[in-house]
Amino acid sequence: MSLQIKNLVVYYQTLSGYVKALDDVTLSIRDGEIMGLAGESGCGKTTLGNSLIRLEPPMKYIKGDVELDGEKLPIWNSSQMNVFRFKKISIIPQYAMNALNPTIKIGKLISELLSSRKFNYKKIKPELERRLDLVELTHDVLSMYPIELSGGMKQRMVLVLSTLLDPSLLIADEITSALDVSTQKAVAEMLVEFRNRKIVKSMIVITHDISILYQIADSILVMYAGKLAEKASTDVMINTPRHPYTKLLISSLPKVGVRYAEKKLSGIPGNTPLLLDPPIGCRFRDRCPVAFDRCFKEPPFIEIEKDHYIACWKECI
Amino acid sequence: MKRYFGRKIVIYLSTFFLAVTVDWAIPRLMPGDPVMNLLSRVSVRAEAAEAMYGYYTKAFGLDIPVWKQYINFWIALFHGDLGTSVYLFPQKVVDVIIMAVPYSIALLVPAILLSFYAGNKFGAFAARTKILDNTLLPVGYLLTATPYMWLGILLAWSLGIVAGIFPTAGAYDFNMAPSFSWPFIFSLIKHWFLPFLSLFLVQFGGWAIGMRNMIIYELESDYSHYLESLGAPRSLIRKYAYRNALLPQITGLALQLGVIVAGSLVTEVVFSYPGLGSLILSAIQNKDYFLIQGCFLFIIIGVLIANFFIDIAYIIIDPRTRLGMAGE
Ligand SMILES: Nc1ncnc2c1ncn2[C@@H]1O[C@H](COP(=O)(O)OP(=O)(O)O)[C@@H](O)[C@H]1O
Ligand code: SF4
Ligand SMILES: [Mg+2]
Repeated sequence: MSLQIKNLVVYYQTLSGYVKALDDVTLSIRDGEIMGLAGESGCGKTTLGNSLIRLEPPMKYIKGDVELDGEKLPIWNSSQMNVFRFKKISIIPQYAMNALNPTIKIGKLISELLSSRKFNYKKIKPELERRLDLVELTHDVLSMYPIELSGGMKQRMVLVLSTLLDPSLLIADEITSALDVSTQKAVAEMLVEFRNRKIVKSMIVITHDISILYQIADSILVMYAGKLAEKASTDVMINTPRHPYTKLLISSLPKVGVRYAEKKLSGIPGNTPLLLDPPIGCRFRDRCPVAFDRCFKEPPFIEIEKDHYIACWKECI
Repeated sequence: MKRYFGRKIVIYLSTFFLAVTVDWAIPRLMPGDPVMNLLSRVSVRAEAAEAMYGYYTKAFGLDIPVWKQYINFWIALFHGDLGTSVYLFPQKVVDVIIMAVPYSIALLVPAILLSFYAGNKFGAFAARTKILDNTLLPVGYLLTATPYMWLGILLAWSLGIVAGIFPTAGAYDFNMAPSFSWPFIFSLIKHWFLPFLSLFLVQFGGWAIGMRNMIIYELESDYSHYLESLGAPRSLIRKYAYRNALLPQITGLALQLGVIVAGSLVTEVVFSYPGLGSLILSAIQNKDYFLIQGCFLFIIIGVLIANFFIDIAYIIIDPRTRLGMAGE
């Protein structure tokens, strides 16, 4: 097991109370697995990704354990986490377009970052250049400022930088969302290539656009309103989903490869609940077409078949 | 790049032209007659006064049509001739100004540079240090909101008159003759300190507040967060944030320069410090056209040159403007 999360609870501290953005998350990712993380906007995908690497206020760690390659991650302690960041766990943030300091040349940034982490830039440079070749960037980018790069180039530059120290786990947050369809496909394939070459061991690919996951993910995890709804292999998720929400999500999707705007799913009536004061019981209850009495209690996230997890009373009797 | 500088130079030249024209016009629109003023100080008989009036009017070039006076003004300007002072007749305006300028520069330049440096460093340091943020920064707000003159008067009263530590008037002891000796230099510094301090403090507050707000913004920006998630040490993240937060501060300095110079002029008046500010006051009181013009001209040129250097500094520090220009 590469990553193991047990009962992770992370809230946002706000003036009007806790926003329960991540509630009781338990999951594991195997070595070499690319796990897609999908769900409507605001369901807590970014929160899950960030809490594994950069859990800063207003985020608040409530409880739970995270283990990476058998080592416990001190996610609640930023300075202790520094040891793991970049080397063992790395992220391509949702804002990758603005992730590079605009007033410094990219090569200089990398060199200063590496020496601040006690690595030798000169020694790493040949490998850095091979990685640039891999993502089809010229070596000239190192002597450029970020504004000289297009959006897609910046995205690939961040991919190279985040994975430079061969981390065990890479979290890629919405890295295809800002790109046009053909660039999307290229970037998605590069992710797979990085895994195949064992540059990174496993990945969490976050997206609100499931169609991109068909191409690259080994498994898909669907979240709903801060909770896990269903996880299974990509095949199973697409062909025989069991959770009512996943079923609606998959059936409301446009054809593979066609993007849809980040908005409320038209196929599912109703709104996602506010996470400041989520409903008791199953959070999907108000919108669920098959809800019944039991749904007033919270359904556990359990394995109903091998590697197929689900949180729904209807399916786990 | 070339086009950028071409445009800048056109802007600077037209600003200069306009400012000089206004500078020329203003004293002439002021009520009162400078030659009469000069004559009223010497008591002579009426007919002699009339003869002298004609003589001086001619000597100052005030007897010719206004448009000719204007053209003559420009011609003389390019010869470095700013005319003759009426009030300190027959001294040349240029000579009078050159006596005063070192005092003004000695106040302004250290006050601007030191307050910019210290204010920015302090603001960056105070940001994210809870205790400082809650105690000393309110003081910064108070300082930057204080009019220069008011703080000057306050310091002169408290440290000068009440505590008696510092003298409150002049540039050195009146009973000392300028010489290159330790007692004289000590006296210079003692007289310089309070006007310097009041200029320094007001600006310091402004820069500290500005930097504190800017650096918090930079530390919350995407590139800072990304560096954090790559495990970069705080020192590196702060270094970048500081550098990027400094850019708007430099623009602020360019914009503030005029205000600062004006503040320094009134501060000189408060402390009877013999720089351009005090000189302008005397010139106005004596309706000395040429001297007023000369002083303002000097200030205009100084501010424009300083602005130009700040512009260049900005281009050097911010690659975005530089690259934006290359694209033109
Ligand atoms: N800084 C914040 N303060 C308070 N609530 C937040 C903050 N950031 C996100 N949230 C809330 O947390 C929930 C999950 O957000 P997020 O993880 O960004 O969703 P996703 O990435 O799936 O779109 C949302 O309901 C959002 O409103
Ligand atoms: S637990 Fe109940 S409400 Fe929730 S998804 Fe299953 S059936 Fe629907
Ligand atoms: Mg998100």
